[in-house]
Amino acid sequence: MTDLLAIGTRKGLWLARSDDDRRTWTLGGPHLLAQEVAAVAVDTRGPTPRVLAGIQYGHWGPTVMWSDDLGASWQETETGAIRFPEDTGAALARVWQLRPDGADRPGVVWAGCEPHSLWRSTDGGGSFELVRGLWDHPHRPTWEPGGGGGAVHTVLPDPATDRVTVAMSTGGVYVSEDGGSGWTPRNTGITAPFLPEPPPEYGQCVHKVAVDAAGPDRMYAQNHFGVFRTDDAGRSWTSIAGGLPADFGFPVVASPVTPGTAWVVPLVADMERVPPGGRLRVHRTRDAGATWTELGAGLPDGCWAAVVRDGACADGADPTGLYLGTRDGCVYASRDEGDTFTQVAAHLPDVLVVRAARI
Amino acid sequence: MGVEVVLPGVLADLAGGSRHLQVEAGGGTLGELLDAVAAAHPALGRRIRDEAGALRRFVNVYVDGDDVRFGGGTAARVPDGAVVQVLPSVAGG
Repeated sequence: MTDLLAIGTRKGLWLARSDDDRRTWTLGGPHLLAQEVAAVAVDTRGPTPRVLAGIQYGHWGPTVMWSDDLGASWQETETGAIRFPEDTGAALARVWQLRPDGADRPGVVWAGCEPHSLWRSTDGGGSFELVRGLWDHPHRPTWEPGGGGGAVHTVLPDPATDRVTVAMSTGGVYVSEDGGSGWTPRNTGITAPFLPEPPPEYGQCVHKVAVDAAGPDRMYAQNHFGVFRTDDAGRSWTSIAGGLPADFGFPVVASPVTPGTAWVVPLVADMERVPPGGRLRVHRTRDAGATWTELGAGLPDGCWAAVVRDGACADGADPTGLYLGTRDGCVYASRDEGDTFTQVAAHLPDVLVVRAARI
Repeated sequence: MGVEVVLPGVLADLAGGSRHLQVEAGGGTLGELLDAVAAAHPALGRRIRDEAGALRRFVNVYVDGDDVRFGGGTAARVPDGAVVQVLPSVAGG
């Protein structure tokens, strides 16, 4: 039994492995050196695990690459896995999210990209088709780019139905109940303090959304100010930020196995965007956001580095493993749902994404 | 006579291992020349231009020593016998 932790950074990808149930880790890499790796997925549905990477070749543009031998070799589609159709007049700027669908849909991989767009692959990530239903949505011309660019950065396919949830900065949360043809904004209750009152139907700057283990209708959202929960698939959201030292942050992570359990990494904001007091901490809820507990055993003080929106993840093991990567190139792993952390890596380039899987 | 395309070393693998390509496309525009390059070497083509046909922001192209950004972009004329050089710009960190 091996646990794999993929670490995408501004200048390459590292792969850490643990063969002792996540007690110790061996770091390997760099892979794809000098390429920005803003999106990673570990697809465990096939006979061998596939590591997918959304990369930016520095001067030479973005694409999707993959490895079926844990980084020993990498492939890419000659003509590019993601290419905007000619009639759109658009060009791919960055791959922000790669998300394999459920086991019952082998080969289906979703990609969220900049400019705001959603893509679907049926060949494991070798080629993607633009999801026209979202691209042609009448709201799209008014979705504004956030500081990092205008992108679909979160893609949550429900493996049991045709529901797909996306989140965008800015734009907010949109949901399709028919596999991607029709899309409805679902932001009621999510604030937008950077816009005049009242909060709009859409246009929120939702940084990340995670689905609770209890079922697809319950989700958590870390917003650009505010942490929220929905129990009705996004039709209404309620603040669950009470008890947190700050309601700003980028990631929110939900346990895949323990209902009601989720984590956030609060940052002082708006201008500072650093851990409160320079203490890197996660906050965990076990009751779907009613209460939060600060956790920091093994995490550093004197840390002024943020964890970006995909810089935190959970694995699928039980108890859930939790992983953090910081913009100062450190990676921390917990095998006990955040109670204690060990350092996996230090001095890497800025960590943009971490993804863990048991292979 | 054709056109000689000179590539940076980092792109040579995408052109069969050579930094020098001889392309039979002289007399047209830079865009037409790059179409011919992309037809023969698709992965090389999309390092230089995006799928909308624009030169990538940090890629500079010179026709006989002149930067095409100041001379018509992809509509720049490429005379037969020209040397077209592709260079990464000063960028990054």
